[in-house]
Amino acid sequence: MTKDNWTDRLSEYLDGTLAVGERAALEAHLVDCAACAATLEELRRVVARARALDDRAPGADLWPKIAVGIGRATAPPARRYFAFTVPQLIAASVALIILSGGTTWLLRSRAVTATPVAMAPPQAQWLTAADRRYETTVAELQGALVEGRRTGRLDSTTVRILERNLATIDTAIAQARRALAADPGSAYLNHHLADTMRRKLELLRQATALTGTQS
Amino acid sequence: MERTCPGVATLRRDPDKATGGRAEDAEVADAALAASGDGSAFERLYRSHAARVHSLVRRMMGPETADDVTQDVFIRAWQKLSTFRGEAAFGTWLHRVAVNVILARRTSLGVERGRFDDSTAALETAPTRPRAPDVAMDFDDAVSRLPDGARQVFVLHDVEGYKHDEIADMLGIVPGTSKSQLHHARMALRRHLDR
Repeated sequence: MTKDNWTDRLSEYLDGTLAVGERAALEAHLVDCAACAATLEELRRVVARARALDDRAPGADLWPKIAVGIGRATAPPARRYFAFTVPQLIAASVALIILSGGTTWLLRSRAVTATPVAMAPPQAQWLTAADRRYETTVAELQGALVEGRRTGRLDSTTVRILERNLATIDTAIAQARRALAADPGSAYLNHHLADTMRRKLELLRQATALTGTQS
Repeated sequence: MERTCPGVATLRRDPDKATGGRAEDAEVADAALAASGDGSAFERLYRSHAARVHSLVRRMMGPETADDVTQDVFIRAWQKLSTFRGEAAFGTWLHRVAVNVILARRTSLGVERGRFDDSTAALETAPTRPRAPDVAMDFDDAVSRLPDGARQVFVLHDVEGYKHDEIADMLGIVPGTSKSQLHHARMALRRHLDR
């Protein structure tokens, strides 16, 4: 094999993708060919340089255009998760309005978490106190959801999606609780937890409203 | 001799791994919130990953379209949030979304497979395309001036850690072409090592 041919194989050698026989032959060639050895060293430095490249933030803040692009103010994507009809969505909205009083404690708690960190009491305290009420509400709603599923008011696809989303939210809640246990004074984590719990409540209420079993 | 085999499982530019489990948990929580329609949670994810995504886009597509394509990546990610299961780090998932958006944009721009020819001469001269003579070209600039095919293979393999068979699958080429393009790109970039 000529020197040029060996040069063309140096990257494969560097990446460890040469066959065993070729690898041995190239290593033998490198002993005698200073030019190929020098090129190999340069290629190795190129690879190292590539790995050390720094990420650079965009010159301008792209978020405003992204926010417009996702239409978050008017069309949250959560609607896509449900195979609901328009009348069902309207019913869910009405039910949410009627039931919104039940979330007062959560909203009040969120307001507490918005207090600057330096002034905030340990946030885990309110969570502990509110947990029992929250769990009771969740249990009631889940019971209604089970009933709706049993009576066939929710189709299997919708149930599957709901269960998947509830599982995701439960995972997020568990993770937020774990993080909060290590850092109970974190306003950010408290906000996360409260927000995630509120999401679960909203999701359950929407689903329950669709079963027609919510009183 | 040293063996260097970066793979997708060890993508080195994963900020979640670098910042530890708590940050990763927070991002999973934010992804769950965003999937339920929380724009603020999604904005936090954008703030965390904008530099990484923008850099990937800039290197793959060039600086002219980097902002535009980065916006598309995040909009696409928002639309696809329901497919994020939290099995991988959010950054890894977002990275793959970004690559898919970039490759789709390439197709829509009519970037043809012809750009993957093994024109050694073009590769050798590409990083010294016209530029103000008194302005030194740094390594990142030199990468951006490689021909499209060589640049994309180089970025995906050496910067982002994908393997040749994965790159070949993504770009619609054979692994041998990916290897060849990578080697030519590296050879062309040697002259910019000290800048």
